[in-house]
Amino acid sequence: MFSYTFRRLLVAIPTMFVIVTVAFFMIRMAPGGPFDLERALPPEIEKNVLRAYNLDQPLWKQYVDYVGGVVQGDFGPSYKYRDFTVAELIGSGFPASFQLGFTAIVIALVFGVGFGSFAALRQNSGLDHAVMAVSMTGIAIPNFVMAPLLTLVFGVYLSLLPVAGWGDGALINKILPITALALPQLAYIARLTRGSMVETLNANFVRTARAKGLRERIVIVRHTLKGAMLPVVSYLGPATAQILTGSVVIETIFDIPGIGRYFVQGALNRDYTLVLGVMITLATLIIVLNLIVDLVYGLLDPKVRYD
Amino acid sequence: MAAVGERMDRMAGMEEVAGRSLWQAAWGRLLANRAAVVSLFVLGIIAVMALLAPWLSPHPYDEVYWERIQAPPDFANFHWFGTDGNGRDLFVRTLYGARVSLMVGILATGVSLLIGVSYGAIAGYVGGRTDSIMMRIVDIMYSLPFMFFVILLMVLFGRNIFLIFIALGAVEWLTMARIVRGQTLSIKHKEYIEAAHAAGVSNRVIVFRHIVPNVLGPVIVYVTLTVPQVILTESFISFLGLGVQEPLTSWGVLISEGAKQMESAPWMLIFPATFLAITLFCFNFIGDGLRDALDPKDR
Repeated sequence: MFSYTFRRLLVAIPTMFVIVTVAFFMIRMAPGGPFDLERALPPEIEKNVLRAYNLDQPLWKQYVDYVGGVVQGDFGPSYKYRDFTVAELIGSGFPASFQLGFTAIVIALVFGVGFGSFAALRQNSGLDHAVMAVSMTGIAIPNFVMAPLLTLVFGVYLSLLPVAGWGDGALINKILPITALALPQLAYIARLTRGSMVETLNANFVRTARAKGLRERIVIVRHTLKGAMLPVVSYLGPATAQILTGSVVIETIFDIPGIGRYFVQGALNRDYTLVLGVMITLATLIIVLNLIVDLVYGLLDPKVRYD
Repeated sequence: MAAVGERMDRMAGMEEVAGRSLWQAAWGRLLANRAAVVSLFVLGIIAVMALLAPWLSPHPYDEVYWERIQAPPDFANFHWFGTDGNGRDLFVRTLYGARVSLMVGILATGVSLLIGVSYGAIAGYVGGRTDSIMMRIVDIMYSLPFMFFVILLMVLFGRNIFLIFIALGAVEWLTMARIVRGQTLSIKHKEYIEAAHAAGVSNRVIVFRHIVPNVLGPVIVYVTLTVPQVILTESFISFLGLGVQEPLTSWGVLISEGAKQMESAPWMLIFPATFLAITLFCFNFIGDGLRDALDPKDR
């Protein structure tokens, strides 16, 4: 397992390189530029602006410079947020996105697995349908509806929680955004758990465990649940990476200083360096988390082997 | 010897019959599941209503009624669901939206299913370096900004509703591939796969005949989750001005417009959202029913 991990980390370097390269040229192929305005700039000013950001160089030169910078940890300046480097923007926004995303995914995992197993153990009963229907509200009501709905009910009508804002990270400000982030994930995890549990409950090893006379709780937790977690774990890798890099909808509605907005705003403004910077953050998380997922496969299921 | 040969022939014949009846048996068992049958029926009604939309309401979907802008449901003028911010009949627009959303949902999910399942099963089964390369490609695609992918497709091929299917399908297959690969890694060392190997079955047949049917459980569940996700992502693309164009609409677009008027005109949110929710629950129950029907251990 150690050598497998080591090899995967080595492969991560060329993977990262490909991601940066493809993304760099893909973004440049999209029409428009960072300094396109409603009314075109006078040509000499535009030329000066482009020169200031080295955008007047040939594309391959810009690419070489960018990769050279990234290798040394320099992600360049943002084109839209003047006076800020991309590294500063991500550094200031990431903690908020990370805290919200991490808490949300942990809550979703605990409740999702709980609801899913509860429903699977009562397959096709009224309780099964009821529990699944409740957890499905997270998908049935999309987050851009759920978030304003939550603020309306808990913020405006009941006046229990702040409507929006970060409040320097006070817990009370985080409750609603975390709920809105966790609900859809909870629904996904609950459904995947239920489907997989129903299948595993019929597996031979579960019958063997029962035949050995193990207590029901141990049969469920140690044998069934462990065997049923595979699809959930597969889903969790990329889902966690995405939720940790923030959600544009949630961060806009609750006015949270995270990095989710940068992705969409950066893309719309053609803020090339900012988009690439957020993307590199996302890519790093995806590579690390998918590696962890692959290692967890081996822990959950002894049949999974890597050579 | 002759007897053995005869028995072999009979066995070969039996295998044929068993192979064909898997889906027939599954269909029979699906029909025995009440929740799934009701869901199929409801989904059928919604689809038929969407197809017959022009004949179900006296209003065209793009007609603007200046005197009735954002009007609540009103039976005297046949605005059963009220009107939207531009004074267009919401009932007929919800049904037109159903056409786009159901089509995007089903086709894009179909694309992601086809690519994701074959990709994941092959990567997991072959393993080793092939698996490593194939999964790193997935990692790369996960990291690329989806929006630029859509914008580029639009630039290259022009604005086209089929491009939305391709773009969405091309993104949604990634998680599917990872789930299928995870399951494949687990079952590829099972006895029946080794038996198939020993019997000289080709790798292609092992993957598509023995592995794919045995990973269908989680796949079906994930498909039922992909459909709503695709329908909602379409609204995001449309919001960027790259998806369906006014005056045509989709559920995602109607819901996001309704969400903005949540307090002043709740009907603009409630009706399309209810249609989406009902569709989604139907897909879920059909998915669960299909999963149960296809599980050979669960009889």
